[in-house]
Amino acid sequence: MGSRLALDDGVYLRNSVQTAAKILVVGHFAVGKTTFIGTMSEIPPLRTEEVMTQAGQGIDDPKGAPGKTTTTVAMDFGRLTLSDQLVLYLFGTPGQQRFVQVWEDMTRGALGALVLVDPERLEDSFPVMDLVEHYGIPYAIAVNRFDGTPVHSVDEIREALDLLPETPVVNCDARDQRSSADSLIALVRYLQSRLN
Amino acid sequence: MTTDDEPELEQEAAELVRPYVITNGRDLLDDQQFSLITLVTVHPEPPRTKPLDPERLGVLDLCSGGFLSIAEIAGHTRLPVGVVKILVSDLVHEGHLCSRAPVPSAQLVDRQILEEVLNGLQARFG
Repeated sequence: MGSRLALDDGVYLRNSVQTAAKILVVGHFAVGKTTFIGTMSEIPPLRTEEVMTQAGQGIDDPKGAPGKTTTTVAMDFGRLTLSDQLVLYLFGTPGQQRFVQVWEDMTRGALGALVLVDPERLEDSFPVMDLVEHYGIPYAIAVNRFDGTPVHSVDEIREALDLLPETPVVNCDARDQRSSADSLIALVRYLQSRLN
Repeated sequence: MTTDDEPELEQEAAELVRPYVITNGRDLLDDQQFSLITLVTVHPEPPRTKPLDPERLGVLDLCSGGFLSIAEIAGHTRLPVGVVKILVSDLVHEGHLCSRAPVPSAQLVDRQILEEVLNGLQARFG
């Protein structure tokens, strides 16, 4: 390979691919975003980091340095080639309110978002749902089942999250490819229904 | 210590250079032309120019194998996305790279893309 950075063939897209689409996989810390992306991606998931300098705000203000803060935001993402012409990228997006700059970049051109929730920590999903709604991104809820957790009914979760009647709620095991694909399919069907 | 330490050295070098040095002091653009999923590859007929700096050369080498998204370039090179956008933007304008346009915006998403995504997911996992 020498000093060149060119990588194995499997890393690159087919030459015939014309269109790239993007779906966000969002949720609070440790809800299973990275697992989900790893399960679905055809390439080893990659991480991008964005260094942000911005006016300090909220609870993260370092004492005595009120002017600016520098934060590194990491995002994991994966890739799925869905046809000769189309590739879908799945971006795991952190749910913290303060990463507004990242959210603007992430949401631009996104088809929609899959919001992963932990049924035992539903309230932790509120901030990220606020963000998704703020940016007008249509979303579906995927309830990531962890081993041994008591099962709440979809209706209970719908009520607890105060969802619109049409917002899809599906059960999902982020470790399982079929289950994860089904939750993406539910999201895409919902996105289609909104156009009718 | 490992004997095969070239990748580590590359990584160290990248971390030792501050982003604004790599971009020749240019500020990070809010460039609508290049998004995380803009796809780029090397131009089939690259221009003859003076030697490129290591970061641009690195991006060019990486892209020589086929199409990659801006996000993937950032992931492989470990450079911040904002920096990669500037490097790619320069390389496209200079004729070293060519790009394919991303999906314009959420509002302009058409039925056809959703249909293709659904069909693709069902064909692959259904």
